[in-house]
Amino acid sequence: MLLVLLSFVILLASAVAALCLGGRPSRAQDAGAYGAVAASIAGLIPSVQTLLSGRTETLSLPWPVPLGSFSLTLDPLSAFFLVPVFTLTALSAVYGVDYLKAYSGRKPLGLVWAAFNTLTAAMALVFTSSNAVLFMLGWELMAAASFILVLFEHEKAQTRKAAFIYLAAGGAGALLLMAVFALLGSGSATLDFSSFHSPSRAAASAVFLLALCGFGLKAGFIPLHVWLPEAHPAAPSQVSAVMSGVMIKTGIYGIIRILGFLRPWEEWWGWALLIIGAGSCVLGALFALAQHELKRVLAYSSIENIGIILLAAGLGVIGVTRGAPELAALAFAGALLHVFNHSLFKGLLFMGAGSVLHGAGTAELEALGGLSKRMRASAVFFLAGSAAACALPPFNGLAGEFLIYAGALRGINFPASVALAGVAAGLVLAVAGVLAAAAFVRAGGTVFLGEPRSERAAGAHESGPLMLFAMGALALLCLVSGLAAPFLLGPLAFAVSSGFGPLYGFTAGIQGAAPLVYVSAGGLLLLAMAAIAAAKRKVFLRGKKPAEGVTWDCGYAVPTARMQYGASSFSQPLTDFFQPILRKIGQYPVISEYFPGKASFSREAQAVFYNELYAPAAFRIRELAYRFSWLQHGRLQIYIMYIVVTLMGLLLWKL
Amino acid sequence: MEIVKPISQYLAVMILSPLLPGVINRVKAFFAGRQGPPLLQLYYDLYKLFNKTPVYSRTTTWVFRAGPVAGVAALVTALAVLPFAGRPSFLAFDGDFIFIIYLLGLARFATVLAALDTGSAFEGMGSSREMQFAVFSEPAFFLGLAALARITGHTSLPGMFAALTGDTWRAAAPVLALLTVSFFIVLLAENSRVPADDPNTHLELTMIHEAMALDHSGPDLGYILYGASLKLWLFGSLIGSMLLPHSGSWACDCGLFVLLMLCVAVGVGLVESVMARLRLINVPYMLITAFAFSALALIFQMGRPVKG
Repeated sequence: MLLVLLSFVILLASAVAALCLGGRPSRAQDAGAYGAVAASIAGLIPSVQTLLSGRTETLSLPWPVPLGSFSLTLDPLSAFFLVPVFTLTALSAVYGVDYLKAYSGRKPLGLVWAAFNTLTAAMALVFTSSNAVLFMLGWELMAAASFILVLFEHEKAQTRKAAFIYLAAGGAGALLLMAVFALLGSGSATLDFSSFHSPSRAAASAVFLLALCGFGLKAGFIPLHVWLPEAHPAAPSQVSAVMSGVMIKTGIYGIIRILGFLRPWEEWWGWALLIIGAGSCVLGALFALAQHELKRVLAYSSIENIGIILLAAGLGVIGVTRGAPELAALAFAGALLHVFNHSLFKGLLFMGAGSVLHGAGTAELEALGGLSKRMRASAVFFLAGSAAACALPPFNGLAGEFLIYAGALRGINFPASVALAGVAAGLVLAVAGVLAAAAFVRAGGTVFLGEPRSERAAGAHESGPLMLFAMGALALLCLVSGLAAPFLLGPLAFAVSSGFGPLYGFTAGIQGAAPLVYVSAGGLLLLAMAAIAAAKRKVFLRGKKPAEGVTWDCGYAVPTARMQYGASSFSQPLTDFFQPILRKIGQYPVISEYFPGKASFSREAQAVFYNELYAPAAFRIRELAYRFSWLQHGRLQIYIMYIVVTLMGLLLWKL
Repeated sequence: MEIVKPISQYLAVMILSPLLPGVINRVKAFFAGRQGPPLLQLYYDLYKLFNKTPVYSRTTTWVFRAGPVAGVAALVTALAVLPFAGRPSFLAFDGDFIFIIYLLGLARFATVLAALDTGSAFEGMGSSREMQFAVFSEPAFFLGLAALARITGHTSLPGMFAALTGDTWRAAAPVLALLTVSFFIVLLAENSRVPADDPNTHLELTMIHEAMALDHSGPDLGYILYGASLKLWLFGSLIGSMLLPHSGSWACDCGLFVLLMLCVAVGVGLVESVMARLRLINVPYMLITAFAFSALALIFQMGRPVKG
């Protein structure tokens, strides 16, 4: 526990140091990065220990804040979320040193590092605090730090808009969470988590709904996701990695914690989680398929993965309420394992996108191509990450999803409604999986393969050694944690039992999780078969000198790179099929002359939820608010009067 | 001595699968009144290709070379999980069909990336369509297998197929028939057969799988063709295992199973002989039909008491 405190201290001290050294960018970089790495190591040790031993550690310091106490708890659930936080922070910091060099002198790097390290500290605080006031402090600190990072390129109008939407979403979420904690803590002297008691049935459902929306605004599932695809791509890439990899998981963590305070659960909560998760999963993958910018593709893929996690949690809740503990154990374990796996491969992918941005100066899919020639290592790592994101063996994405599938299939022998939940969950995973595969093949293919589509892509350069090291380490982790997934089951069992209740910590479900061993064995077999096939190919080619030529072009004499299939053409059959959902808008000129001159064509998928739901709603709210604008006039005396009148009113009401 | 059985089953699959395209082609030739290529043509082709020197486009990178290797490795692994004649292979576990679906996904991922690596519009077109059809066929496939799991009460493929006895058929014949049809449609689409795709045409615009392999040559093309025949075996054996009557004796079942596989190939040949290729925009609707069949089977089965 002391090491966790030490980690906080290092993070905050290095943040201050980086801020003070802002005038000398390289020094600021050093202070920030060394601090982040040291703090991560200090934080990883107790987290891993907790996961291996299953023990819970607590720490309470006096803190003179009403209802608050500085109490930290490191239980296996917290530790399970902390491990990816610290892993990704350390590697992102390493990556960031190289990545931010290009901005030296143009951007306040000291502030960037200060915000980055504060963000990590805030996330660690959210995952360990066991008092609502402290939790909200961490929560708001996290929002503030990430807001600064989203504003990194504030000279772009789009970025400013993204940051504003992000701020609004964060504020709304925090407001709902305060209501949640007020309901949970009503009647007790402090807002310590240990003093929370489950409210009555109706109030419990209200708490669940408020928490689902409040935490959902951070987790970013559909329809509460509008800020995510705007804000995540705007931040520097290593920050996007942290935001998408671990920060949105604070929302998932919050939902799990709140579920822990509420007993007994209602079945419809499970269905709500399942349906929202399913929608988020399928629509996220579908929107990812329609994006034209690499980081936006990845952001929508994060929405899809949050959907998978939520779906699994919902399946688990249904299992609990319908007396299917094995199903619940597997689904909860799958949800948590996917939290871990997603943080690794999404971190890797965002760093890969950062390398593209760094090397080619753009992440627009249609302007790229052929980067794997000039950025060999980055291409290998990105494609490995893509395979993991599509849950392909032997990488880690499959392990978590397999546990969810295993849970879903447990449901098959239950009465129809449980079986329906299981089959629906499996079906959604299958659909989203293949849509995600299409999205990643499209993104990876247009960026790294074929011929360069622009000058910038043709002149791309490979990333620096530190960036490659960070990506390589994550790619290796993706492979190893895929093959070694059965070894993660022990820690996972501790985390599940501390998060969802000891009943679901695999005492019943360990039998069901056993097939994961076979999946890993299958992964190894696959690697062996690939090695054999590759060796055999070498034998076939021995003594032969393969000829080189041009790609077969059907005899056409002057092929150009623009004749390749681009990202839009690749996904066109699918996006056309789903046009009612995607609502792409195309612009093309009407040809009226016999010899038309220059023409342009563009097609863009709309931010459907923003345009159709939030923008009109915001417009209405603004209209309504305008009618009450006479209340806001800027005269201090009258504002004070408002306060006095309110206080009087409350006093009278209490009397 | 028990270990001999899975090994010999596995070897049989590895050796026999290139026979299936030969059978299909002979059936098609018979219906067209032609003599047709020899039954063992694919074996000759493979032998020839493995000994050829390949040509590589200057645009391609390691992805192009790794694609066929990864594709064939994924299928070889999948067949180590797939039961043979209702009997388990090396790997059989609860939910093993999920693993097979994702191995097929890996093969698709590798093939499509290798195709995109050439920078050719033909290959781009082929890969785009491949992914499009996968979006519709994979859910149908999953749902069909889930329905089978509900019917038999097992979640591993050998368990499901072992439970598919004559009694099960008598009790749930319509449901199982629906599933068989659904699997057959998925087989046609996943293996690029008519009516989803035409493996014979050399007009690139109509091709899917063939278009993706346009630039591959030598051993790489050999791997792709061999992988395609393994994939045909994989999907065919699902149908074969569903229809297989269990006699109890291993040798007898295996012989019957191989015979059934040949019958499936004859069935594919028949479909190709009597049907024209669908328009591309109609292929998704064919797959949605398969999905609907699987869903219907599942719904019918939901109403029944649970077995197992």
